[in-house]
Amino acid sequence: MKDLSMHIMDIVQNSISAAANLIEIRIRIRKELDLYQLDILDNGKGMDEEMLSKVTDPFYTTRKTRKVGLGIPLLKMNAERTGGKFRIDSTPGIGTSVLSEFRPEHPDMLPEGDLEGTIVLLCHSNPEIHFIFNYQFEENSYCFDTEEIKEALGEIGISEPMVYPMLKELLKSNLEETRK
Amino acid sequence: MKPEETDKTKPIEMATIKSLDDLRKIKSEVQTKLSLRERSNHPEQLVQIRVAMATCGIASGAKTVMDYMVNELDKRNIAAVVTQTGCMGYCYAEPTIEVTIPGKDPLVFGYVDTKKADQIIEKYIKNGELVEGIIPVNYESIEGK
Repeated sequence: MKDLSMHIMDIVQNSISAAANLIEIRIRIRKELDLYQLDILDNGKGMDEEMLSKVTDPFYTTRKTRKVGLGIPLLKMNAERTGGKFRIDSTPGIGTSVLSEFRPEHPDMLPEGDLEGTIVLLCHSNPEIHFIFNYQFEENSYCFDTEEIKEALGEIGISEPMVYPMLKELLKSNLEETRK
Repeated sequence: MKPEETDKTKPIEMATIKSLDDLRKIKSEVQTKLSLRERSNHPEQLVQIRVAMATCGIASGAKTVMDYMVNELDKRNIAAVVTQTGCMGYCYAEPTIEVTIPGKDPLVFGYVDTKKADQIIEKYIKNGELVEGIIPVNYESIEGK
């Protein structure tokens, strides 16, 4: 994975497979603490302890089309090699949270990548899922909530192709503002 | 190569969208544009494109392909639904996309970049001509696998 946005796209696919209808993506950046925190939380079907202990194993996967499952192990590796931390919590029937911490000053820190493109693409192709994207940069924060967007759009669907570049622009300009 | 834009109205000014209120303001403009198009309300009559968006696809650039597909199909005024799907087991050929033209069997294309995506739109979706890179499969649909 070349950047953090790719990890987000990947981990969120797990939440979608787990039948989540609420997915929250939280990013918190604190320069003075050398911290870049990325948390992905869902209300999907969750995992039991046995499965939870296996998901960081690259040779474990629920799919049948191939024998490896690299999404979680790659994120764990990329977080830990910056000196950061990685944790997954899950409760069957409640949901799963994937918590990762990066040390952005470390030379192995991944770039952020195309956050706005990733989030908006996820909202576009999963209109039935409620996405909350919370971006905190130092003291500033911005929240992109698909329920608010759906309300603003009215009868126009969130997955209408014409809306896609608009949402991207909305998120992009607000992220730029938050990072100032 | 590219067809004449059928939509003659001026494009929506993206730079002005900074808040939910801006979205609300632009709503009627979008609705007017949408009403000019004869879009079917029956999803089974639309071209369906599924982009394989598992770890293997993402790492190979599936997001760029999907972004291109959503934007270009809209610009070229082709009524289509672009969604994401999981890994089909063709990790070696990622990014892969499954294209279903109404009334035809789904076809899976491998090694898709934006150039190949353009060919798929122009040749296969518009004219039904086959394009290189088809993965021969004997399956009904991805979900059935």
